[in-house]
Amino acid sequence: MSDNKTLGEHLRERGVSRRGFMKFCAATASLMALPPAMIPAIAETLQNARRPSVIWLSFQECTGCTESLTRSHAPTVESLIFDYISLDYHHTLQAASGEAAEQAREAAMKENWGKYLLVVDGSIPQRDGGVYSTIAGMTNLEMLQEVAKGAAAIVSVGTCAAFGGLPKADPNPTGAAAVSQIVTDKPIVNIPGCPPIPVAITGVLAQYLTLGKLPEMDHLGRPKAFYGQNIHDRCYRRPFYERGQFAETFDDEGAKKGWCLFKLGCKGPTTYNACATAKWNEGTSFPIQSGHGCIGCSEPDFWDAGGFYKALSVPIGDAAGAITAAAAAAAAAGLAAGAVNRYHKQVAQAAHEPLKVEELSREEKS
Amino acid sequence: MTAETLLTWARGSAFDWAIGIFVFGMVLRLIEVLSLGKKPDLAEGRGSGVKGGLKTIVTRSIPRASVFAREPVRITNGYVFHVGFLLVLLFYGPHIEFIENLTGLSWPALPGGIIAGLGMITMASLVLALIFRLRNPVLRHISTVNDYLAWAVTLLPVLTGYLAYSHAVLPYTAMLALHILSIELLLVVAPFTKLTHMFSFALSRWYQGYQAGYRGIES
Repeated sequence: MSDNKTLGEHLRERGVSRRGFMKFCAATASLMALPPAMIPAIAETLQNARRPSVIWLSFQECTGCTESLTRSHAPTVESLIFDYISLDYHHTLQAASGEAAEQAREAAMKENWGKYLLVVDGSIPQRDGGVYSTIAGMTNLEMLQEVAKGAAAIVSVGTCAAFGGLPKADPNPTGAAAVSQIVTDKPIVNIPGCPPIPVAITGVLAQYLTLGKLPEMDHLGRPKAFYGQNIHDRCYRRPFYERGQFAETFDDEGAKKGWCLFKLGCKGPTTYNACATAKWNEGTSFPIQSGHGCIGCSEPDFWDAGGFYKALSVPIGDAAGAITAAAAAAAAAGLAAGAVNRYHKQVAQAAHEPLKVEELSREEKS
Repeated sequence: MTAETLLTWARGSAFDWAIGIFVFGMVLRLIEVLSLGKKPDLAEGRGSGVKGGLKTIVTRSIPRASVFAREPVRITNGYVFHVGFLLVLLFYGPHIEFIENLTGLSWPALPGGIIAGLGMITMASLVLALIFRLRNPVLRHISTVNDYLAWAVTLLPVLTGYLAYSHAVLPYTAMLALHILSIELLLVVAPFTKLTHMFSFALSRWYQGYQAGYRGIES
């Protein structure tokens, strides 16, 4: 529940040093591409802010987003983002369960109506009235609609909440949808990824806390600070792509030399995310650095984009089948046309009447 | 429709349809030409038709000195275009991966910068070819919609490919989708325009060379 202490008081109680706090503010400012002059302002605002209430709803998801957020950066100062906010409802992280948990949600909603931040991870099943995922007897669809009504803004964490993700993959048996397909009258920011980079989640929350508004977004509703750049453009293996040096398999010489993974299906060129710059596990590495191509998890419908190991330049349908069928059909049509032509020729030959010289008559010149 | 779904469609069913139409059209036209047949050789030949045919397929790629002397720039430009286009098509890494996926054949790639340069040269030669066509009264007079269509659908894949490579216009996802769609347009249009020459050049040269070779004369 939200208390009346400011964040500054709260952090001091928790033993967070000013140095650690300023470092967090500086990191936040640089992550969000804000000028350095903003750092004191961020610190000041955060110090004196009341902790806003956050309700985190988990729907058709795998908890990977929460795992990403809580595990990979603990115990750095970024994990303390949970101290900057009042996380009033979160299945995985809250102590309460059952009815007590639902009561906590309802109480937080009532107390902070119109002001709380709603975070959603997971897609929402819509088919058959949304029966495919329920919490405390309530469908995800109903819960989202209800909680969204009193939210100041919504953060869709993970590709499932942002774009439908894996549950929406063809043939989408549950009619899974993204948050933005259901809630259309609230500001929504998408933080896709499977899972998203932890600092992308914390960065957006921090910006919302300090500036009171959602960050600048791209055409897919993603914060530009994290999703404004192409993995391929920021990839340290890009020079090998430019030189035409590609790994052909995962253990050939090229792979050992760290050449480009394009031919092994890397989706870096069509993926917008901060993996190549922010990296994972406290800046240790990211998939391409560990030898596997990008799977494009922060893009809509990445699961149905033709397979993770097929290069972007390769057809993903049944080209061989189309070629065979077309060639067979053309051969049949060609042979049929040839037979018709020969038939016409024979008919013409049979009807041919030779003309004898005697039959010719000279036209007299007048 | 987002750029992502457009790309998936372009790489998927759109490509299947395009390559299907291309193969159907091309095979049909080639069978059409071949089934015309040729009259039996009643007289004994002075030379070998087969030899003449094979030779001419190659030698017609080299212009005659007298012809070249008349329009050296236009003929050279034709070479620049064809060589540039083929190098870009056959030696860019992602293109090789495409060919390998369909045929299993593979070879080393050229650096992207060289391909980009070749692409620019190829586009410049296409623009020059259009200028020649428009400035020459005879050529302009005999040009039809078919000629301009063939020119446009040939330019588009090179242009969109260059823009996709350079990440200059539109996000790469959208540009790559447009690049693939432009190739599909080329594939669909090719069998029904003069672009059939990509295969039929060999047939017509063979026919001419065979006739000449059989008679024992130069072709």
